[in-house]
Amino acid sequence: MLKINNLHAEVDGKEILKGLSLEVPAGEVHAIMGPNGAGKSTLSYVLTGRSGYEVTEGTASLDGADLLSLDASERATKGLFLSFQYPLEIAGVPALTFIRSALNAQLKARGEDEIKAPEFLKRARAQAAALKIDFDMLKRPLNVGFSGGEKKRMEIFQAAMLSPRFLILDETDSGLDIDALKIVSEGVNAMRAPDRSMLVITHYQRLLDYIKPDRVHVLAAGRIVQSGGPELALELEREGYDKYARAA
Amino acid sequence: MSLSAALETGDVGLLPSRRDEDWRWTDLRGLLRVLPPRALKASVATWGEGPFAGLVDETLVLAGGAETASLHVPEGVTQTIALRVISRGDTALQASATIRVDAGSKLVLMESYEGDAGAYVTSVDLNFELEPGARLERVALAMDGADGVLVSKAVAVLGGGATFTQTLATSGARRQRLETSVDHPGAGANVHLNGVYLLTGKRHADLTTTVRHMGVDGQTRQLTKGVVRDQARGVFQGRIIVEEGADRTEARMGHHALVLSDKAEVDAKPELLIHADDVQCAHGNTIGALDEEALFYMAQRGLPDGVARTLLVAAFVSEAIEGVQHDGARAVLEAWIAKAMEVSL
Repeated sequence: MLKINNLHAEVDGKEILKGLSLEVPAGEVHAIMGPNGAGKSTLSYVLTGRSGYEVTEGTASLDGADLLSLDASERATKGLFLSFQYPLEIAGVPALTFIRSALNAQLKARGEDEIKAPEFLKRARAQAAALKIDFDMLKRPLNVGFSGGEKKRMEIFQAAMLSPRFLILDETDSGLDIDALKIVSEGVNAMRAPDRSMLVITHYQRLLDYIKPDRVHVLAAGRIVQSGGPELALELEREGYDKYARAA
Repeated sequence: MSLSAALETGDVGLLPSRRDEDWRWTDLRGLLRVLPPRALKASVATWGEGPFAGLVDETLVLAGGAETASLHVPEGVTQTIALRVISRGDTALQASATIRVDAGSKLVLMESYEGDAGAYVTSVDLNFELEPGARLERVALAMDGADGVLVSKAVAVLGGGATFTQTLATSGARRQRLETSVDHPGAGANVHLNGVYLLTGKRHADLTTTVRHMGVDGQTRQLTKGVVRDQARGVFQGRIIVEEGADRTEARMGHHALVLSDKAEVDAKPELLIHADDVQCAHGNTIGALDEEALFYMAQRGLPDGVARTLLVAAFVSEAIEGVQHDGARAVLEAWIAKAMEVSL
């Protein structure tokens, strides 16, 4: 599914990723943990094609397709979805209009038929109910005036509607209280499927109690410095990132 | 100093120039060395239907030479009228209209400025008189040619409790000014002034307004949104004057513009001149570019760049036409915005 090999990337001329390699097979959920400044968010932006993040070396592919040669919307069309740490407010564009435009743009780019309004609304109602989102909220401009928790729920709602092949969850637990965390995690877990993979980026082990990863990787100073099973997350929670920071 | 005086006399020395403070961004004297000959009375049949056809009870046309029209909406009546100003060729048009709305009546006026590719020069003076409790909804769509020059000046005098709601939409011209001046009596009268300008190429549009609050308990709400690209230039001058004794005046003015290219320009001068106590007045003015972070967010959801920009720009300006109460007229403006986006982005 996702293959990253020896990825180097810089921002404003400063190298942040320094030879990162990672493979996430189909159907698996991998967690990336690491201290502040390790390059976690940079990784998510480099993969999704944000401008200002320059790849100087290495490769990244999704289902064999080279991601780095595509622009951001083309990568989304290939099935890459980023749940933002800080979701943007899109003034003047109702959430439903936004998501339907995005879904139809993706379908069109893949040469598929656009989704009809009744079917779209039916799916939207079902997903909103599952994520305990008030349907009227979806008629308001996307994320404008929403609380932090509502914005995160809206990210997962968008993911569910767009049905991507690969999800990157960037600090999805930040700003969530325990009830919201449960709802969001259930939403994410409902999307687990044999042909879909996920990369969960987080500081804390807490989120991984709810979204159980198959593998855990430690990102420090721009590289994966250790990988292991779910028990690695517990060890990090106990011992902190100190030894990796020193090793880097 | 005015375009209509210059057309009246043929004296270009009477054109407003950049030395006139209120015209410094819309210089006509430097632009027009000679004035074109007056247009002959045009045949409306050659112009087809205006943008508001089918929505109105009656249509007035100002199309040739020096023309005047008058309209009187008697007490207790609701009317929907189109006013078409048709400019064509390398000619001058000097037109005026007086429109009176009696107490308790309502007029929906749908104005259109329709120009061809000619280097025409058009001046329009409109006088609105609203008796106490009268309501006027004015919706104006300016679709001038790129080589035309238009100055339209509307003066509205309101009685107590009257409501004046205006929405101007323009794609500019070679040089264009849509000016509105309102005498606001206070006394529960309500003024809404909204505007949208969408400018491309070398077009220019100037939306200038003056609202003079002369009595207690008056309300004014104003919102203008603009988008300029290429080498276009947008001008907004909004002046709200609160005279001595016009207490409890509530006035809000906003102007917000997007500048989408390096060579495009927006000049804005919002002014609040307050000579009374106990008033609530505020203005906000922003000029910026499209939010790159929002564009990345939208791209990450699969929206191609052009589609994302169109969505953001249309959403940005749509707020300024939401106040149009007549559904048909609002639909015409929405379609106009959609078409402008298609052409320009």
